[in-house]
Parts: sequence; C-alpha cells; structure tokens
Amino acid sequence: MNFDPRYANRNFASVGTRPIRPDGIDKVTGRARYGADFNMAGQLVGRVLRSPHAHARIRSIDISKAEALPGVKAVVTAKDLPDLTNGDAAMYDILDNSMARAKALYDGHAVAAIAAIDARTARQALKLIEVDYEVLPHVTDVDEAMRHHAPLINDTVFTEGLEEKPVKPSNITKRSQFGHGDVHAGFAQADFIVERSFKTEQTHQGYIEPHACVANVNLDGTAELWVCTQGHFVYRQHCAQLLGLEASKLRVTSSEIGGGFGGKTHVWAEPVALALSRKAGRPVKLVMTRDEVFRASGPTSATSIDVRIGARKDGTITAAEATLRYSSGPYAGSWAEIGAMTAFACYRLDNVKTVGYEVLVNRPKTAAYRAPSAPMAAFAVESAVDELAKEIGIDPVDFRIRNAAQEGTRSSYGPVYGPIGIGPTLEAVKNHPHMKAPLKKNQGRGMACGFWFNFGGQTCVDLNIGMDGSVSLAVGTVDVGGSRASLSLVAAEELGIDYSQLKAIVADTSSLGYNDMTDGSRGTFSSSMATISAARNAIKILRDRAAQMWDIPVDDVVWEQGHAVAKGDNYGNLGKLSLRDIAAKSGTTGGPIAGHSELVADGAGVSFATHICDVEVDPETGATRVIRYTVVQDAGKAVHPTYVEGQYQGGAAQGIGWALNEEYIYGKDGRLQNAGFLDYRIPVCSDLPMIDTQILEIPNPNHPYGVRGVGETSIVPPLAAIANAVSNAAGVRMTHIPMSPPRILAAIEAERG
Amino acid sequence: MRYIRPLSIEDAVGQLAGSAGPAAILAGGSDLLVRMKGGFVEPELIVDIKGIPGFSDIRETADGFSIGAAVPCAVLGEHAVLKKAWPGVVEAAKLIGSKQVQGRCTITGNLCNASPAADSVPALVAAGARAVVTGPSGTRTIAVETVPTGPGKTSLAKGEIIEAILLGKRAPHSGDAYLRFIPRTEMDIAVVSAGVNLTLDEAGVIRAARVALGAAAPTVLLVEEAAEALVGRKLDDAALERLAKVCSGACRPIDDKRGTIEFRRKVAGVLAGRAATTAYARAGGK
Repeated sequence: MNFDPRYANRNFASVGTRPIRPDGIDKVTGRARYGADFNMAGQLVGRVLRSPHAHARIRSIDISKAEALPGVKAVVTAKDLPDLTNGDAAMYDILDNSMARAKALYDGHAVAAIAAIDARTARQALKLIEVDYEVLPHVTDVDEAMRHHAPLINDTVFTEGLEEKPVKPSNITKRSQFGHGDVHAGFAQADFIVERSFKTEQTHQGYIEPHACVANVNLDGTAELWVCTQGHFVYRQHCAQLLGLEASKLRVTSSEIGGGFGGKTHVWAEPVALALSRKAGRPVKLVMTRDEVFRASGPTSATSIDVRIGARKDGTITAAEATLRYSSGPYAGSWAEIGAMTAFACYRLDNVKTVGYEVLVNRPKTAAYRAPSAPMAAFAVESAVDELAKEIGIDPVDFRIRNAAQEGTRSSYGPVYGPIGIGPTLEAVKNHPHMKAPLKKNQGRGMACGFWFNFGGQTCVDLNIGMDGSVSLAVGTVDVGGSRASLSLVAAEELGIDYSQLKAIVADTSSLGYNDMTDGSRGTFSSSMATISAARNAIKILRDRAAQMWDIPVDDVVWEQGHAVAKGDNYGNLGKLSLRDIAAKSGTTGGPIAGHSELVADGAGVSFATHICDVEVDPETGATRVIRYTVVQDAGKAVHPTYVEGQYQGGAAQGIGWALNEEYIYGKDGRLQNAGFLDYRIPVCSDLPMIDTQILEIPNPNHPYGVRGVGETSIVPPLAAIANAVSNAAGVRMTHIPMSPPRILAAIEAERG
Repeated sequence: MRYIRPLSIEDAVGQLAGSAGPAAILAGGSDLLVRMKGGFVEPELIVDIKGIPGFSDIRETADGFSIGAAVPCAVLGEHAVLKKAWPGVVEAAKLIGSKQVQGRCTITGNLCNASPAADSVPALVAAGARAVVTGPSGTRTIAVETVPTGPGKTSLAKGEIIEAILLGKRAPHSGDAYLRFIPRTEMDIAVVSAGVNLTLDEAGVIRAARVALGAAAPTVLLVEEAAEALVGRKLDDAALERLAKVCSGACRPIDDKRGTIEFRRKVAGVLAGRAATTAYARAGGK
C-alpha cells in the first residue's frame, strides 16, 4: 500500500493529550459487557470436572449416571474432542490441556464437562461422573524434576538442543544457548566475581475477571463464540482447528476484558464449551470459578537460576554467565529460552553466555505473563549486578551506566541495537529526587533495570467516515489497556479532526481481516501504525472527492488540519472543505468514504526501564512495606500519557505482589493449596504507595510517530528492585522470591547466627 | 434447601433441634455463604437469626455489655461506650475481612466458625468474655474459650444457639489490645495473633492479666503462664522479654500455606509484647 512507517518528527495536536477513554462511562456505570455478561435464549450452564491428582493415568470414565440425570443435556470427555491436530505438537498440547486424554497431568486438569439446564443440576451431575484413576508419582518442583530419578511426566520427551540426542527420556524438553565472546577469558580478567543462585516461585496473572465464554454451534457447521480474550482471531484459529470447523464459519466476538496480562492468550475452556454446544445442540455458557482459574489457567514459570558476573576494579564487566531453569507445566515451552535471551539484554558485554532449560512439572501449563520470563531473569541478574557494584565499591547506578548497552551494541541475544533507552533511564534515575529522599531506620533503597523485546505482527484496521462527518474506527487488537482511546487520538491526529468526532470499536472476526492478539506490547504500536495507514488512505479519497466537488485535478488538493485545501494561484476563490463538508456530499461523489489498512508491523522498538524502590522491613516479623516507588521508562512516544503511566504503575504493582507474597503453594500430595485470593496474596490497595512515573520519549525509528510498546517492560525490574531494597534494609541478601515475611525473618535470624 | 427466619429464640431452637439433615445458622453469612458457594457445605436448613428481637442490639447492663448474636462488627465500632471500655475487642472485630464484610459479620459468628485464626476470638478470650447459650434444655452461660474445640468444631449441642456475648464492667486502670500478623494490610487472615487484657493498680503494677494467642494452636490459646509473667510487675523490658518467651513457648503451631512453625512461634512473642505495650498504655501505665 506504499505505506512508509519511518519516523518523522512533527508537532502533535491530539497525540500526547489525555482525553477520557471511549469505554470509560460504560465501565464505571456497570454497562460494559464482560465475558460472563453475554446470554442467549436457551443457553445451558457448562461445568468442568477436574482431576484431584497431580499425575494419574485415566483408566476409564463412566458418564452414564451423569447423562441419565434429568436436566443434563450433554457430557463430554476427550472422546468428544478427537485429535485433528495432524502432527502439530503445539496444538496437540493445547488439545490435551483443554481435556485430558490418557493422563491427568496436574491438579485441576479437565477430564470431563457437563452442559445442564442450570448450575445446580450441572453441579450434581459432576458428582455422578466416575473416573477410575491410577495415581502416578508426581513432581512439582523445577529442580526436583531435573533429577535423574524424578518421576517422568512424558516418556516420549528427549531433550532437544543437545549436541547428541540423549538415550533416555527426561523432564527437560529443550536446552537453548545465547551469547558471544569467551566467558572463560572474560572471568580471567575480572578483579571481582559474584556468583549466586536464585529461586522464584510460580505466580498467576491475577486478572480479576475469570475466563468466560458463550459457545453456540449450529447444525449447518457454523458457530459463534463470545469470549473474554486478548486475541479473538487466534482463538478462532485454535478452536476451529481443534473442533474441525472452517475458520471463517466460526465468528468470535471479544468481550470487554477484566485483565489478561498474557493469561488470556491461550484457549482452555473455549474448545470445551464449543464441544458441549455441538453435542447438546444448544448454546452453552462456561464461566470458570476463581478456584479453576488458579488450578487450571494462567501461571508463569517457577524458576531456578545461577548467575556469575565478573568485573574489573574500574567497574567494567568482563564476563557474564547464567543458567536458567524454568518450569513449563506438563507441556513443552520456550520460557527458559526467553529468560536466557533477556537476562543480560541491558548491558554491553564482550563475553556473555546464557543457557536455558525447559522443565516439565505436574503443574498447570505455563502461560505468558506480562514480559513472560524476563522478570525472573532480571531478578537474578540485577541482584548479582547490585552485589558486584557493592563489592567493587561503585554506586549501583553509576556501575550500570558504565556498562549499559547503547546504539550499536550487540545485544546478549544477538541483534545489534538501534537507538535505545537504557542509558537515558539510568541517567534520569541518577538525577531523580527519589534518590535523595531520606531513609529512616530499617528502611532500604534498591534499583534495577529491565528489558523487553516488544512485538509488532499482523494487523488490520478499517476507518469509516459517516455522512455526518463522524468517524468509526474498527480495530482487531483487543483493548486491554486503553488502546481504543490511543487509536482514536492517532486517527484524530492524522485526519486533523477532534477526538470527540471518533468512535473506536474492536471488531469481531467476521468483520475484519486477521489480527495477531494483543500481546508483546503490540496493541497500540501495531494498530496505531495500521490506523495511520488507514487514515492516510481515507485522506486520499477525501482529496479525490474534494477535487470532484471543485472540479480541479486531485494533485492540486492537499489535506491540512482536517480540511481539503486547493493549492495554486488559480484557486484563490476556493474556500477550504472540511471532512464534514466532503462526507455530506459523499453520496453523490462516489459513495461511502473509508480507509483500510492491512500490514505486518515490523520494527517494534525494544524497551527499557529502570525502577527505584524504598522499603521498610520490620526486623522482628520480616514484614515489608513499600514506602516509595518510581518507574522510569522509555515510551518512544506516549500517545495517551495517562494510560502509559497506568501501564507503568500496573506492572510495578504486579511486580510488588510477585516480589513479596504471591506464590503457588503445593502440598506433598501435589495439590494446589491456595487456589483463591485469600491465600494467593496479591497486593490490596492499601499495600501500595503512590507509584511515581517518568516517561522518556526516545523515538522508535520504525513507527511514524516513534511509538514503542509500553505494556510489559514495567513488570521486569520490580522483583530485582525490591529484592535489592529489602536486602539493603534487612542487611542480608535475599535470593528467593517471594520475599514473604517467613523467608525474610528466617534470613535475618540466620544472619544474626 | 429450606431458609427460615424465625421471630423467637424458641422457634429457632425448635427448628434447629428438629432438623433431620445438616442445618446452619445465618447471621451475617460472611463464612456460611462463602463455604456454600465453594461447595464445602450444603445445608438443608438455614436458620436466619436476624429477625429475633434483641439479637441485633448492644445493651449496657449492670454487669457490663451484652452484644447480640446478630450485631455486625461495624456496629461495635460505632458504639462509643463499648469502644472506650473494650478497645482491644473492638479493634479485633474491626480487622475481620474488609469494610464491606464488617458490615455483615458478627463476633458470635466468628466464634462459632471455630477457626483458630479468628480475629475477634483472642481478644474476647483475653477479655474474659462469656457466651449466653440457649438450647432445647434451657440457657447457660459459658466462657468463650470453651466454645471452639478444634478447627471448625464447637462444644455447642444440636439445637443450641449463642444469643449474645457478654463483656464485663471495666475496673479502673484497665486496658486491652489486639494485634495480628498478616503479610498484607487488610483483607487477610491472621498468620498469628495476640490479645492482651491488663488491669493495673495506682502505681502501674499489673494486678490482673489475660493473654490469648490466635493461629498458634488448633484453638485460640489462653496462655496462663503469660499472666504469671506479668502480674505483680510493671511492664518493663524484662517483663516484655519474659512474656515473649512464654508466648513463643506456649505455641503449638503448624506449617501451612500461611506461615511456618518457626515464624509463628517467634512472631507470637513479638505480637504479645507489642499488644501488651498498647494495653498497658491504655490502662494508664507509664
């Protein structure tokens, strides 16, 4: 479409302002429709039976009694979801995770499901399903799972990425390695070396809205799905493939979303709801309970990481090395690989090596969680960097500035960086008033850096101009963080009209071309690029229509501040034509006016942040209170600064919960013990200080406005920043996340001797 | 499932005593409804006691206070006289759940739920509170610490209802306090807790003391040795150290998702000391 995505400096009229969001009134008045708010006539209630065992062979399932209960309209098991994946291993794992086939692989794994006329009947019917399990030995800890004699979760798994194919199966699905230079030579040059091992426990995204959908499969092979998701086009592809439907005949509509954070990029209940609807011949609503959300959806990896970093007396890092082990649940993943890529991405290193191991455990399938895998790697690396600075006797900010990556640096994971923000965020932190705020007794300060790749991907946008001159924008990236407001600002900017003249919606899968899901911080980056392109295409048509109205050559018409203007000495008597003027005449000048765009948004600029955190630790109880917190992050260009700040604060808040209290706690029986918000402790409002933010704008050269994704990087530094602060306050290095009061108190008591 | 709202204690007792299947008493419902929703209990009969005259009242009596079984914890916080007399009990009741939950939940329900981690119970035990129990065989008054017998279990017989909790009149120079440890600031359950109730003489010497610990054993613990460590002394560093040691020693905690044995032991002593310091100050001790 001849669209030039390169950055060009300009003065903005709309971009950078802070209007209220178009979905705001609906949300604060309770009118917004979330996943569970959609209903259909004749709809049934779906419920899922889940394995109480961490690892068990399913000998048989007897559904006859459940089927015989009055009010039960369908009972499905794996038999109702035959394997149509045709050798696609990743899709097979999604299928098996949706409904266990030969074995239940974790506490909470779905084994059967029911559609009944009401919840009470469905609940009763669940109790009538008889599953004959052969309980098998299980393993839930990432280090335990790597041992030679650990129970094998899948005996067809032979570690990939080794020089020789192993002869025995194991729980390690893959080894990956990144880096350059010679770390042995690098460590030989070091005057100081810090070497430490770290652990982080498994956490959940903690979105407030549970997974919910309504599925309706018709007799003619068409189907509809209303669902809370971060990517309805991806859900359509996956569900169509698993159910044997044609993608274009499955229409998926995304609801408003009460949080996703990566956790709503994967199908769980949706194929089951469709299978139930197909069997029952009626619409089925399936809403997960909080217990199910914790036991069977979400979580991120638990990790075990070793880090070694060496530096010269002058503060130059000479070598850096890390081994990262990430749990992926019972299915293969690439989580350690991402951790290994991000671990040292903030630094300019001559000698660096990272090795990742993907480890199977009897826990729910690991899902993406906001900058997936990066926070744990950053925790380990930034803790060691802090300790190394201390040993050398250099200020931790100066030490990082000295070693920070910059434009032209070859990153630890391979690519050479363009213009990046790590240095500027560190300089901003160095000069931030937070760094001079006085600390009292038992208080400590920490800081840390973080990196995230960001992503662009396939994107499609429609921009339609009404005859009254109002503009509707249909996008295909689900709005998880205010993107409808941001994209409206971008369209207003490009068209030269007021924000209030626009309304943005998220279109369903039958109304727009394919869009990748809202992940990788791509929503605003990629859809704004497509919106700019669509708007420019609409402007071409607007100019053409103006030329018709004036009866002059289109080349003499330019678009300026929302108006067609005739350029040239001959046209002195022609006034401007506004978008409204042209739209009003569109019926007689060629019909509706629209701009369309489909593109792959390449060049999502990498993102960096530096956080500062002050904590107070009660030395008698190990309780930690975060008393001051500052986020400094590069946004490229903040389209709607309030929502950029919201992303910064949200990532920090989730990081604070992860750092201090959130963790999956399994019993010896392999069952999850805290599947609820009472004992899975996300921070409540009163746990958090006001999180201060500073937006830096280092333009991304690959976006017309310089935009970079901002959603994920903010969760990368907190674990490390808080660990460094707690370690400084408590006087002992904390190496195990979460730093819950019992862990902190035990560390303090051990240090006292 | 059958829901009834009797208008007399006799009717309520009769219905409960006559029920064939599992029955539950409903006041605020902040435990019952959550457990029903989770599928942990499926009562056939629910007896709502909020319609029984007097159950929603706080009365000042010649002997002190009578707090009806259906009085929400938030109402305790609005009662100036009660708050002045028993600040520890009121602050404990006001720590349960959240503001919204406090508008529904009751101290009687908290007691009958029989959780070792119940927030109001250590404060009630320290205060020497008594429970008025009415059942098919009449009415009796018992010490609150005899109601829970283990996690989720009480000494109440079938058909018995606690009508009210009684708190005594305050002697001069008395004060109580309650503290709990949670990793967050609210909306959480005590990992370990301590309630302390002290009466001093004119000189600030402790003459009577009751110390209770929560989440430190299968039921709330009344630590008799802790009283012995305090009585006859001022609350100086030595007394505080002895109190902490005795409380840590008295714990019989478990390792679970909320905390470890070592943590609960240590923090029980720390909280007892801090609660004692507050109670002592409230009693006018210096």
